[in-house]
Amino acid sequence: MTTQVNTPITVAEVEAPPLSLGNLTWRRFRRHKMAIFGAVVLILLTFYSFGGALFFTEKYSNYTNTKERLQSPNAKHPFGTDTVGRDILARTIYGGQISILIGITAAFVEVMIGILIGAIAGYFGGNIDAVLMRFTEAMLNIPQLLLLIVMSKFFSGNVPNINILGRELSGSVIVIILIIGVTSWPYLARIVRAEFLSIKEREFILAARATGTSSWEIIFKHILPNSIAPIVVSATLGVAGAISLEAYVSFLGMGVRAPTATWGNMLENAYRYIETAYWLWLFPGLLIVLITLSINFLGDGLRDALDPRSRTV
Amino acid sequence: MTRYIIRRLLQAIPLLLIVSLILFVLMQNATDPLATMGGRTPTKPEDRQRLTRQLGLDKPVYVQYFYWLVGNDWTKVDLDGDGTAETPGTRHGVLRGDFGTSIVQTGRPVTTVIFERLPNTLILMLTSEFVIVLGALFVGIYSALRQYSLFDNILTAILFIGYSMPIFFVALSSMYIFSINFQRWGLPHLPTVGMFDPKVGKTTGQILVHMILPVFSIAFISFAAYSRYIRSTMLEVLGQDYIRTARSKGLPKREVTYIHALKNASLPIVTIVGLDLPLLLGGAVVTERIFAWPGMGRLFIDGIDRGDTPVVMGIFMLIAVAVVIFQIITDIVYAWLDPRIRFD
Repeated sequence: MTTQVNTPITVAEVEAPPLSLGNLTWRRFRRHKMAIFGAVVLILLTFYSFGGALFFTEKYSNYTNTKERLQSPNAKHPFGTDTVGRDILARTIYGGQISILIGITAAFVEVMIGILIGAIAGYFGGNIDAVLMRFTEAMLNIPQLLLLIVMSKFFSGNVPNINILGRELSGSVIVIILIIGVTSWPYLARIVRAEFLSIKEREFILAARATGTSSWEIIFKHILPNSIAPIVVSATLGVAGAISLEAYVSFLGMGVRAPTATWGNMLENAYRYIETAYWLWLFPGLLIVLITLSINFLGDGLRDALDPRSRTV
Repeated sequence: MTRYIIRRLLQAIPLLLIVSLILFVLMQNATDPLATMGGRTPTKPEDRQRLTRQLGLDKPVYVQYFYWLVGNDWTKVDLDGDGTAETPGTRHGVLRGDFGTSIVQTGRPVTTVIFERLPNTLILMLTSEFVIVLGALFVGIYSALRQYSLFDNILTAILFIGYSMPIFFVALSSMYIFSINFQRWGLPHLPTVGMFDPKVGKTTGQILVHMILPVFSIAFISFAAYSRYIRSTMLEVLGQDYIRTARSKGLPKREVTYIHALKNASLPIVTIVGLDLPLLLGGAVVTERIFAWPGMGRLFIDGIDRGDTPVVMGIFMLIAVAVVIFQIITDIVYAWLDPRIRFD
């Protein structure tokens, strides 16, 4: 990169240590106001879901009291109660934990599969590439939501409840995480493959090959770190995608099962009460909108900061 | 060109086979059609066994897939369910255009069941796509011409919000405001659910009124991607040399924008429309559910709930084939619009 020097350089500037990649990224990121906004909202939402657990117990969030069912927001239940009398405020707190957990872990599964398939296809090329890309295309030929519905039906027949850190969770949480990850990777795999195709032709890879570096090491130590920017961006956006996908599947009644709350399954059947109980869908719905919006802003800012060349939609 | 089309069609065959095999195995194991058979749950174990045999569900899943694919008219099936196959099969298989019969709507061919619902989904989806493309063209061109203006920034923010909203939230809030609260306040209000008022009947006016909210919801969330895309391609084209030439020789601004720039910027738009259209066929599962729209999305959910594998597989295959065909059409249109592209 060449810069036009118009002003004389001060001694301090010359002697200042060069900016590291992290510093540069942070500088560019800071200028993106919406991304900062997104990051702040995201932190607040995390505090809401995990800090809120100090005020309510999970037992309370799952406590049904049919005498108090379908109450509109009041002093005792600020967000109202649902169809079986559970407190919606407490449920949005515990539901938020699960929604965030699903978002992050499903995106992790997506990234792992996407990197593996994209890297192998891009690096080895030839028949391996052809087979893997045909498979990727096959995945893209089916609307993801429909595939998720079928897989959810397939895997969550009767999964037992599981115990994580002393909490009793519906096993369907794990099922949803896995199936969202397993159906989301094709786009990422294509991005990784394209990166690998271009980077593997560069001189430093040739040099690495000439010194007898193994394929495994070239893939994970030389090419992958150089293509990390678009991966980080897609992973971030993948978290938002996974949270809203969970909401879609749960909304249709095929997602996470009771008693575990998520922002998505709190909306299940809420539309049946649209005329009488707006609070059933308004609060969890708003939280989903807020979190996906803030993650998308964050991802957009990260894209500008990490990968300034690729400005796409 | 012909060779290109034939090659693409041949490439699609293994792809469709993989897709159908995976989905068939998932469907067959995920659902139990006998559990909710048309409301008549067979309780006696011998009834269950008889029905399983009659429907051919006792066969291993690969045999069932094979029958679904190529038919069973060359072998014998167990029609009376006594355990011995005696009657010659009648199914021709998907490869010969026979998608089987629905399990829930007993005996009705899958194609009839699907084509009954297809027009309803198409009405909703094509209208939405039309609204999206038209609106996105307007917004995209306008904000490209006034890049970083106040209007551009405000629009970008609104579009981002729309992009991040799950469709059920848009649908529920718009329903809550425009039909429930408007009714409460005594204003003219929109209908909430269904395709027409049964008291009035299925008239064009009724369908149009009932379509407003679902179309608005679908358009609102898809708008962002399209208009951002149009904005960026327009910006790219507006920076080209031939636009500068057109401007410098004194062509009216309108002509430069709409003829010289838009024509070239519309190429990538053709691609996203072509790739999105077939996916819209099944993409309205949630919208159709909320607005009780009798389309394919609802047929799909009902089919999943009640284990109607033939119908669900029919919908999947319809979408998959549509995707393949639309990809080819998109490529052809692309080549037609941009003579620099050659397939051979």
